[in-house]
Amino acid sequence: MSEHSEHIVSPVVYIAIFLALIVGTGLTVWAAFQNFGPFNIVIALGIATIKATLVVLYFMHARYSPRRTQLVIVCAIFWLAIMLTLTLSDYQTRRPTLSRLASPAALYRV
Amino acid sequence: MHRTGELYGQFQTLEQQKESATLGMWIFLVTEVLFFGGMFLTYTINRHYFFTAFGIGSNTLDIKLGTFNTAVLIMSSLTMAMAVWSAQTGKKALVTGFLIATLTLGSVFLGIKVVEYKQKFDHHLIPGYGFDMKYRSQNPAPGDDLKEIALEKKEVEEAFAIDPDTNAHAQLYFSLYFAMTGLHALHMIVGAGLIIWLIKVSLRGRFTPQYNTPVEIVGLYWHFVDIVWIYLFPLLYLIDRHR
Repeated sequence: MSEHSEHIVSPVVYIAIFLALIVGTGLTVWAAFQNFGPFNIVIALGIATIKATLVVLYFMHARYSPRRTQLVIVCAIFWLAIMLTLTLSDYQTRRPTLSRLASPAALYRV
Repeated sequence: MHRTGELYGQFQTLEQQKESATLGMWIFLVTEVLFFGGMFLTYTINRHYFFTAFGIGSNTLDIKLGTFNTAVLIMSSLTMAMAVWSAQTGKKALVTGFLIATLTLGSVFLGIKVVEYKQKFDHHLIPGYGFDMKYRSQNPAPGDDLKEIALEKKEVEEAFAIDPDTNAHAQLYFSLYFAMTGLHALHMIVGAGLIIWLIKVSLRGRFTPQYNTPVEIVGLYWHFVDIVWIYLFPLLYLIDRHR
């Protein structure tokens, strides 16, 4: 039953990932003060996703985990995507109903 | 339950035991992803409708403390990962050392969070009776940066011009801010408790290259909490900084 021997990640990798995460944090703060219009949020979430991926792959050893553990991780992302996409598409397509429920004044946007 | 050394009776090898435990932890983390996912969804929908109020709400947060806290939490993830490495390579004293470092950094994070919450109480930004976005700019405390206050006053006035119900909508932002960071902090407190338990076990020299599953599993949990913060930080602190 030992087709998968334990992989020990070296401290050098951990420190490299740590530095990448710190740089990512600096970058996201810098980007927040620039005006990229509608892309500010895209950049912020993009950097956050890269950081989260690094943490999952290296700190949480997902890269060296058995396939079935990796499947569980992919499932988590997939289910989250289902929840977000279906709910948000529902909100997007039900605008008129929503504005009748709340007063129109409740829907201010810049 | 029958047990031989560290190996429980239902498993054939230590490796199988470790893989099962790790898989179980990951499945728990899947439920956590969906748990926090619901809050992120609520946040997204409300931010979409009340962008102005969310923007000025976000700008009242202390970005220096927030950024510093992010770095502290990433650092604690590194020390946690190093604790796992120390256990895997049999460096028993280092395991305890890195766990204590992780606990310390986690406590620093929570301490700074307390300071940030206190500021929100002082500035009347707790949802409920007495909530007022205008309070701080109208009642500057001694020692406040007057330039910053003037900027905040201008921003708040602009927001009220666009959205007369800014106070109501900013309360939504702060409700979500406290719910999300509060839930995150609660997870940190649970994690700190688990690490205290690990330190106690580690002091007895129990973690070896053959048996270190508890360190690995608490590590997974700790890193997950770090990931939640990685998303919370830009979403709560950095919405509308580029004015």
